[in-house]
Amino acid sequence: MSEPRPPLLRDAPRLALLALAGVIMLMPYIWMVAASMKPLDEIFRASLSLWPERFFAIENYGKVFATIPVGRYLWNGLVVCGGILFFQLLFAVPAGYALAKLRFPGKDLVFGAVMLGLLVPPHVQALPLYVAFSQVGLLNSYTALIAPFTISVFAIFLFRQFFRSLPDDLIHAARLDGFSELAIVWRVVLPNAWPAATAFAIFSVVAHWNDLFWPLIVVNGTDYATPALGVLFFRSAEAGDDFGALMAAAVIMTAPLVIAFLLAQRRFVEGIATTGLKG
Amino acid sequence: MALTRAARAPWGEAAAAWMLSAPAVLAYVLMLALPTLATVLLAFTDFELGATGFRWIGLDNFAEMLSDRGFGISLRNTLIYVGLVTPGSIAGALALALLIEAGLRGRTLFRAVFFLPVVSLTVAMAAAWQYLLHPTIGPLNAMLRLAGLGAPEWLSSSSTVLVSLAAIGIWENLGFNLVLFLAGLTAIPRELYAAAEVDGARSAWDRFRLVTWPMLGPTTLFVLTITMIRAVRVFDTVAVLTQGGPNKASQVLLYTMYEEGFTYFRLGYSAAVTLVFLAIVLAIMWLQTKLLDKRVHYV
Repeated sequence: MSEPRPPLLRDAPRLALLALAGVIMLMPYIWMVAASMKPLDEIFRASLSLWPERFFAIENYGKVFATIPVGRYLWNGLVVCGGILFFQLLFAVPAGYALAKLRFPGKDLVFGAVMLGLLVPPHVQALPLYVAFSQVGLLNSYTALIAPFTISVFAIFLFRQFFRSLPDDLIHAARLDGFSELAIVWRVVLPNAWPAATAFAIFSVVAHWNDLFWPLIVVNGTDYATPALGVLFFRSAEAGDDFGALMAAAVIMTAPLVIAFLLAQRRFVEGIATTGLKG
Repeated sequence: MALTRAARAPWGEAAAAWMLSAPAVLAYVLMLALPTLATVLLAFTDFELGATGFRWIGLDNFAEMLSDRGFGISLRNTLIYVGLVTPGSIAGALALALLIEAGLRGRTLFRAVFFLPVVSLTVAMAAAWQYLLHPTIGPLNAMLRLAGLGAPEWLSSSSTVLVSLAAIGIWENLGFNLVLFLAGLTAIPRELYAAAEVDGARSAWDRFRLVTWPMLGPTTLFVLTITMIRAVRVFDTVAVLTQGGPNKASQVLLYTMYEEGFTYFRLGYSAAVTLVFLAIVLAIMWLQTKLLDKRVHYV
């Protein structure tokens, strides 16, 4: 509230309180990383020292890479998130444009359907989709992991809202220049909608990288397992008792998104806050 | 050129609009509308995966739910979980947001720290919590023993498991709510505080009570709704840490639905559970619009 910085001393209690809360918040990370560098006997002694007496990181991380196909899981996560995002944008951006800027019979119906779709959590469709995918033999495939999420009513809604604020003159000018409606969408409207698109992209990737529910249903075996399933598989393969290696696996699978977050903190926070609607 | 002029004519515009919407409409029907409808229909059948046929059994699935002790526990646990996570993560987030907003130092740093769990792989962090809360080798109990306090079996005793899961849930949701509150706080015009001070609101508490809290109304309602919905959807931590145990003490709706559907393959019953889940989510949203109409408009 005060414009000039208050002296550090007066600010100290506030910072101390926040730091305390921050340390509590980071507790799982701190202990996860610490345990991933300790040998099992040290972990079982339950000492409170964070730094390992015997540095065991190479063994723990090595064991993870030796027992599970880490690269495979991360690659699967990348393919699934990338595929989902690609189709979500491919389908939602043109539809959002049509709803925002074009007049057509049935528009209210389409928009009503979008609003209705916003009310339904994705878990509701799981049972019939599972039956359908198993009928056509598509369980354990990228298709099964990606297809259900290709439609994002939330993306349509978000893009519609954003496109509505674009000036009509921009679109009229493009039409006069001989652009087709499809060209307008991808070459005029979308380049002007990057804030909405990045925000949605971050929201979508975070949601699907972290999703466990749907992959757990349609995937068994390692070929198409996502990082979330990878941690789960490693845990059951190791009987869950080698905490050092388990923590190493957790660190590896958590790292990509956390690193991306630390590099682009602002965008992440704003992206998820503006798109938070869907939760 | 002829095409351009056609696109400007209303029928051309309509054709273009439908062409642009067609992929989304198709995906919507196939992946959202039909499956949702199918779930509703399934709930009134005794369909089981692998069985040759199915019968329409009307409300029998719902009747079974009423008499099923497991379902009752699952519903009750879900409500308790929501009842713990919602106030916990909202009050915590609001307090921290006010602390962060009260000064200029460390904003970005603390926002990042508290937001970290939102972007972390839940399954992996659940494993970290499992270690942290481990009754014998876990650091938390090691600290408690050092302080001479008891060593509860956080996740493996039926009296503490739900509270432990809720604590993890608060930890997961707090950063998300914090960011929303920070956005809401920044939007409050500074003059209001000055005006309140002129009117005699001297203490920080008075300023909070008279300006911040009322002005934050819409944000708080939004945060409340979204937290409740996210909490009703609890699944990952239960699936990883407890599988609903011990002795059903952490059985929650989505996990019950998952077990009935994909472990026992009783799809009809599982669909009925799904509908209960959907009904709760819809009820929360309905409540939000009701409250939105009523009170929280100040500006």
